[in-house]
Amino acid sequence: MLEMRKDLFADERDDNLNVVGKGVQRQDAPGHVTARTRFFDDHAFDGLLHLKVVRSPHHHARIRAIDVSAAERAPGVKRVLRGADVPVNKNTLLSLINFGKDDEPTLAVDKARYKGEPIVAIIADSEAEALAARKLVRIDYEPLNPVFDVEEALKPGAPVVNETYPGNYFEYHQRFDHQKLRFGDVERAFAQADHVVEHRYQMSPIEHAPTETNGTIAAPEHNDRYVVHSCAQGLFFSLGTTAKIVDLESNRLHFIGGTVGGGFGGKVDSLSEPLAVLGAMLTGRPVRYVLDREEEMLYGSPRGAERIYVKDGVMRDGRIVARYIRSYFDAGAYTRLSSYAAIKCTAHVPGPYSIPNVASDIYVAYTNRCPSTAMRGFGVTAVDFALEVQMDRLAEAVNMDPMEFRILNAYRDGDMKAHRRVAKNTALVECVQVAAEKANWPISEQARRASSLTEGGGERAQIPATPLDQRGQIGRPESRNGPATQTLPAGTTRIALSKQPVFEGARDSRPTPVQVPRYEPSPRQEAPRYDPAVAPPLPAYQPAASPPPAAPPPTAPAQPQHGAVRFSSVFGTRRR
Amino acid sequence: MARHEGRGMASVNYPIGMNLGGDPSQALIHSNPDGKFTVALSAIDLGQGMKQVSRQIAAETLGVPIEDVYVDTADSDTGPHDMGSFASRGTHRMGNAVIAAAREARGVLLDAAAEELEVNASDLVTDGRGNIHVRGAPSKTITVKATAQAAQFKQGKTIAGRGIFLIPLSAVDAETGEMNPNTAFAHACLVADVSVDDETGEVTVLRMTSAYELGRVINPRMVEQQLVGGAWMGISHALYETPEPYYPNPEHGPRDFNEYLMPGPGDIAPYHVTVLERPAPDGPFGGKGPGEMCANPVLPAIANAVYNAVGVRVDELPITPEKILRGIRANGGVKPGPRRGGAVNWR
Amino acid sequence: MAKLPVQFRLNGSDRAGFVDPAGNLLDLLRRGLGDFAPKYGCGQGTCGVCTVLIDGEPQLSCLTLAISCEGRQIETASGMADGPNLHPLQQAFMDNFAAQCGFCTPGMLTAARALLAKNPNPTRDEVVEAISGNICRCTGYEPIIAAILAAAAGGAGMRRA
Repeated sequence: MLEMRKDLFADERDDNLNVVGKGVQRQDAPGHVTARTRFFDDHAFDGLLHLKVVRSPHHHARIRAIDVSAAERAPGVKRVLRGADVPVNKNTLLSLINFGKDDEPTLAVDKARYKGEPIVAIIADSEAEALAARKLVRIDYEPLNPVFDVEEALKPGAPVVNETYPGNYFEYHQRFDHQKLRFGDVERAFAQADHVVEHRYQMSPIEHAPTETNGTIAAPEHNDRYVVHSCAQGLFFSLGTTAKIVDLESNRLHFIGGTVGGGFGGKVDSLSEPLAVLGAMLTGRPVRYVLDREEEMLYGSPRGAERIYVKDGVMRDGRIVARYIRSYFDAGAYTRLSSYAAIKCTAHVPGPYSIPNVASDIYVAYTNRCPSTAMRGFGVTAVDFALEVQMDRLAEAVNMDPMEFRILNAYRDGDMKAHRRVAKNTALVECVQVAAEKANWPISEQARRASSLTEGGGERAQIPATPLDQRGQIGRPESRNGPATQTLPAGTTRIALSKQPVFEGARDSRPTPVQVPRYEPSPRQEAPRYDPAVAPPLPAYQPAASPPPAAPPPTAPAQPQHGAVRFSSVFGTRRR
Repeated sequence: MARHEGRGMASVNYPIGMNLGGDPSQALIHSNPDGKFTVALSAIDLGQGMKQVSRQIAAETLGVPIEDVYVDTADSDTGPHDMGSFASRGTHRMGNAVIAAAREARGVLLDAAAEELEVNASDLVTDGRGNIHVRGAPSKTITVKATAQAAQFKQGKTIAGRGIFLIPLSAVDAETGEMNPNTAFAHACLVADVSVDDETGEVTVLRMTSAYELGRVINPRMVEQQLVGGAWMGISHALYETPEPYYPNPEHGPRDFNEYLMPGPGDIAPYHVTVLERPAPDGPFGGKGPGEMCANPVLPAIANAVYNAVGVRVDELPITPEKILRGIRANGGVKPGPRRGGAVNWR
Repeated sequence: MAKLPVQFRLNGSDRAGFVDPAGNLLDLLRRGLGDFAPKYGCGQGTCGVCTVLIDGEPQLSCLTLAISCEGRQIETASGMADGPNLHPLQQAFMDNFAAQCGFCTPGMLTAARALLAKNPNPTRDEVVEAISGNICRCTGYEPIIAAILAAAAGGAGMRRA
């Protein structure tokens, strides 16, 4: 049951809209209930071929030899593909935005790095014939020692999972084996805290389990192109990935999708599109590659496991004064999107609370398991579990009600966040108050009177002096316990504010229900040409109030923010 | 042998759109000769309602009835580039792109109407029912249909619009983690009531009560879909799901829906959601995005409720009966926590 | 492999095809006859998205040999509407926002249709039982249960199921 509370924040909205805010019927509902909705597999092709892959039975093994001769002669088999048939057989998903090094083959060549890794693809007249031929492929393996535990993988001497990253960790900024967050002096704050609480949390992997499994149908189209019926969650993301792997210009691919039978993050990886297109290119016929349920369950990438250590310092009055988090993303054998999740996780620490001293070290570790990928709540779900169970423990340690403890520590408008940006548009306090009221969970008058709009800013808007360190340098595991190297003075920022879109029209639609993002400086005087009832333009939107000027000059130059910014300039890594 | 009830809570926030930005979305809108609009996108609808959200935003901005707008997605030949449906970015990023496109198309529409009515375009308003009026002179009016026909066949104007939305990519500092991550955050607090069987270790979720702040709600029925379905997924994540039950040991994983456990229709708990709307300054009509966060508070709220019920902290997900029974044994028995409040204030 | 002929009525029309002896009904309906209402979700009889009615009984078409359907009445979600008029269950699914991605919807509707044909006034528990073989990953089931109960309350089960 859903109830709207229109009274809260009412002065920040104009509710006098025509159709926005109305519970009108979905455009796609008639198609869904009449079964006329067409998913990727709901397309008929004459002469359709079926593709199935041979997967590694080993978690980690050298591939000595592959013999496909018997499979090639099997009934109905039209083509057998090996790594050498893939035009660009090394890719990393985020190479489209120049983030990270190519580290994953479409079909493994010299080594299998996880159980279930595709090595050979068979294309046949029927699924049954492809499956029968699969059994005829002979692969000679030399099993290697696998590593499954993220912390074991990071120890010197651990088996190397992925030679692109020989330390078994993703390399950040070409400097560190992890992503750092440093805000204030957590060590000093722990020493002064009344209680220090430290616990280890872990989330096991989770399967997306969409009712529609991953798959693609690719077919030669007129004009020397290929039509691709895809279930991808990012149509051009998948198109770009496929174009790179099969080495075609993007305009020779015609992707059709957009209606997907559940995704939850599990249809971002574009694993089926390149092989199906390659099959169509090499056979000249339509090729269908659909994961069966067991493949989807075991080898469709899961939400990765995370291990999270949380250490908090809290005062007797309930105020949290320090939080330190060390966390490990289990990427599995290849990077896919884990490198990005760690950055998102870093931005999420310390949760929706105002804590004056915060630090974190987030690692992405490679292990010999199926590569993990995005899933609903990516980079946040497991941390929220850890943080909120930890919050329950902290409340107990200071003998406070958990609701009141949240409200006391909740971030408010104007508070400085640990990534050095000011919080705006906050509403945690109100959510806690309303949930307590509806659940009939009694809270004090003081907690009921609290507001996201008050008590923030001021002293809480300051950036504290922050000790820095050079721990965890790439290739130097002994540097993980190094000392602090310098103290960054209070108020220092190093990253320029992003150029933000400027919004024409009144904020939130008064009087015209429109906000239009633009990228030029605000025209100020000039009324937008087409709008009949435009309000005076607002000042340029900024993501955060300008922080106080830095006392000394920044120790690193700010990144230029104009022009096409690529991840390569963010992290200093370029794809191979 | 007894069942013990417990109550736990959690509060969270969630970033809307790709962290660091750098994730553009584009939209194209054009009109048929009779004033019916098509929105062409490459965005993906995987059930979350991308088509309908875009449709409502386009209709609102154009100022035409919703029946006069259809969203076509996703064909790479017709829909311009969009990063994709992930990171709770659809409503926020694509919604803004659709507004920009719709606004440009609306501009041409009103220009064409102004020419027909011989007034200034800045004096025109739409009524959302297919008509364009002169402000303050309700009798001076023209339909969207007649305007579109005039624009195309008399004036030689194309009623169309292009839109893009981009929050440019932010750098990240290697030593401090300083960055411009997201501009919009949604918020939630959730209370879970559970019952724990101290003989079997089984957890039953009795009911859940939550409050979500999501910015402007574009369609409350679709928000309800996301929040109710997401809460179910949260229960499933908390108590049942994993392909590696003995992680990091990779063995003994489930292979199919017989072995991979999820709550069925008989296992669902009554759920009440209250929605708050604090519009995001840069969201479409202030909208944020409820798609991903709706499972997040459920996991810790259930873990905290289990602790409140029997005194066992399960810090490794999922919270299986085995872990609870081992915890009860290690504690030397059930240790219930304080009772928190009374019967819920709903239903 | 030698193909065998099979003939049955599908949504009220005579249809025929040639199938492998081991071929399942799901493949015949989808690839052979172009009825894409039943979906492939697992091929193991565990998810229910391939549910069809065979002589009025809900059956998993992925586990049903196509040749065993000779001479039988097969109904899928494609044939539920009466021309342009939605079946009350279809309307109830729309009214209750019971479909999100829509992939499980044809199987859910078919399972519900079989229930209401036998039991026009089911209890909530009977509805739950009837759809317990159908997995939905989006909705949390509550809107689906509500839709089926609403359709029953509106007399859907009294009509031709």
